[in-house]
Amino acid sequence: MPRRTMIEAIRDAMDVSMARDERVIVYGEDVGFFGGVFRCTQGLQAKYGKSRCFDAPISEAGIVGSAIGMAAYGLKPCVEVQFADYVYPAYDQIVSEAARLRYRSNGDFTCPIVVRMPTGGGIFGGQTHSQSPEALFTHVSGLKVVVPSNPHDAKGLLISAIEDPDPVIFLEPKRLYNGPFDGHHDRPVTPWSKHELGEVADGHYTVPLGKAVIRRLGADVTVLAYGTMVYVAEAAAEEAGIDAEIIDLRTLLPLDLETIVASVKKTGRCVVVHEATLTSGFGAELSALVQENCFYHLEAPVARVAGWDTPYPHAQEWDYFPGPARVGRALVETMEA
Amino acid sequence: MADAGMLRFHVPEPEVRPGGTPDFSNVTIPKAGSVPRPEIDVDPRTIRDMAFSIIRVLNRAGEAVGPWAGLLSDDELLEGLRHMMTLRSFDARMQMAQRQGKTSFYMQHLGEEAVSCAFRKALAPGDMNFPTYRQAGLLIADGYPMVTMMNQIYSNEADPLKGRQLPIMYSSKEHGFFSISGNLATQYIQAVGWAMASAISNDSKIAAAWIGDGSTAESDFHAALVFASTYKAPVVLNVVNNQWAISTFQGIARGGSGTFAARGLGFGIPSLRVDGNDYLAVHAVAKWAATRARKNLGPTLVEYVTYRVGAHSSSDDPSAYRPKAESDAWPLGDPIVRLKNHLIQRGVWSDERHTQAEAEILETVIAAQREAERHGTLHAGGKPSTRDMFEGVYAEMPPHLRRQRQQAGV
Repeated sequence: MPRRTMIEAIRDAMDVSMARDERVIVYGEDVGFFGGVFRCTQGLQAKYGKSRCFDAPISEAGIVGSAIGMAAYGLKPCVEVQFADYVYPAYDQIVSEAARLRYRSNGDFTCPIVVRMPTGGGIFGGQTHSQSPEALFTHVSGLKVVVPSNPHDAKGLLISAIEDPDPVIFLEPKRLYNGPFDGHHDRPVTPWSKHELGEVADGHYTVPLGKAVIRRLGADVTVLAYGTMVYVAEAAAEEAGIDAEIIDLRTLLPLDLETIVASVKKTGRCVVVHEATLTSGFGAELSALVQENCFYHLEAPVARVAGWDTPYPHAQEWDYFPGPARVGRALVETMEA
Repeated sequence: MADAGMLRFHVPEPEVRPGGTPDFSNVTIPKAGSVPRPEIDVDPRTIRDMAFSIIRVLNRAGEAVGPWAGLLSDDELLEGLRHMMTLRSFDARMQMAQRQGKTSFYMQHLGEEAVSCAFRKALAPGDMNFPTYRQAGLLIADGYPMVTMMNQIYSNEADPLKGRQLPIMYSSKEHGFFSISGNLATQYIQAVGWAMASAISNDSKIAAAWIGDGSTAESDFHAALVFASTYKAPVVLNVVNNQWAISTFQGIARGGSGTFAARGLGFGIPSLRVDGNDYLAVHAVAKWAATRARKNLGPTLVEYVTYRVGAHSSSDDPSAYRPKAESDAWPLGDPIVRLKNHLIQRGVWSDERHTQAEAEILETVIAAQREAERHGTLHAGGKPSTRDMFEGVYAEMPPHLRRQRQQAGV
């Protein structure tokens, strides 16, 4: 099976979708001729023409707002916001418009759009190229929120997102674009070509939205993670010598609660990890759901490891990022509690 | 350099406040028929002055004059009059229904009926409007059933939107009427996106974007102009300048640009101003702009100069911020009276027939209201089910909503 980077897998998902359905339109800042600053759309304009893949003005509200209009017409736009940190000008269009159009019009108009954006830190991007704003979207009724952690899932999830009848926020952990990253920033990067999840089948396949996957089976403690933190959790469990069961949520909304509850009932312990800031982060929702559904099975309080409640710093990136040492400490403390 | 070191902050003020004498002497009204009608493929650079004038057809004597006249037949004009009268009657009844507690909220069109009623007749089937909350004339003039509008206003058991939306936030794809958000300006860029999609699909349909004077200050308005200009989208960009954004006079949003139409000039978009109380002028300009869009000539920005005679909404009292008699002083008159006088002048209408039509229309509106009220009003009779509240958030209900619906016991 061919191995692809996450960038190539995402590009392939759009390529396959555009070939199958001429309603699929791809655009965003630098997306057309150049193929995107991360090259996720490279070659799509040459292959499908300027009507189906083109450059947009630097206006996130314009990009998402026009996509909503296109969706109302009957197209299926898959637009790129260059960094998740830039999505806020489009927030009103996403929250008040895309998310509610089906509901408020009772299905008279619908909004099958995908808003792709690179998310998360680990690239010395400072406060404007490192944020993880997923909780701002999981709080919104009517949206779906996806965070893939590897090339295989990224392709299958993106095809599912494009084919979905409702708006999907698709957050791509940029630190994973070229290889898995376990938080050990001082070690050489492992490329996807050396990782089994870099195996990406040609052609059309889907990974369903709303289904988590267990990345590591374990008996001692359940770790709930997504995106980059899946690899950090794997490294932390390995280094701390703890038999953790690591769940890659893949889709945050709708959430695969069944898989989470089954695992926590088995292990009796739970650690939630994410890069995003702690307070009112998605981990708070996960933690609440675990105690509501698994209270009598819990042997220890649910722990959260997250970014500190500060803006994302530049020089102090590795003091901020919840790396394997912090996650490992939380695992040990949860086992000892 | 006497002022060096001391900056002064400027806040525009309207000419007159409550207690003062209404004064529109600063509003220059060109003579009807005086503004030329350019070819539709005109170079926008050569008609920049049109953004500062006002296209008018009906003169004070009720005659249709000049190059924008002559597009509509007697029957079409009589139909237009009926649409405007119906909208006014509908508004009066629904405003009263709100006062009677039959619904929570209402917004009327008093004085602005020509804008949406005439515009609708310039579009073709399949075209899509992205309206604000003050374009119900688009539905009335397209034959959308009044009783369905009322069912929505009452949020009753027959409400096509299942009680989910504020009154008057209609939606009808079939009638080319995009779901009203209630947020401001968001629809403007969506209209451009819809038009881009039509062009991408090599279709023949066009879009119409709607916004009020106040909301042109929103960034979505400017994003829409950039996208429309860049991609030459087949869209008509309408700005309804009714002088007031709730209590805020239009000068606060307009700033120093002179007119709202002039906003389009920097984008290279042909930008026209039209007498919004002149049914014939609105229709003629709308037709011109729609034809341009359909012929791949791109967007047109149209500012409708009109006046909001009524309150902003049922929750507003204009006497707190503008003179009571200001609407009487508005120099462009009343759109229904002006079309009525024109039809009388044409010899196809009379005061008697007008009075009779008013009575007939009121009867039709009351009949629709009775029918709607059989399905309930906001606080009485049939209403949408609590179960409906959980439906339609997604195409397929996700597990967490199913659990919450069960918790709600429905």
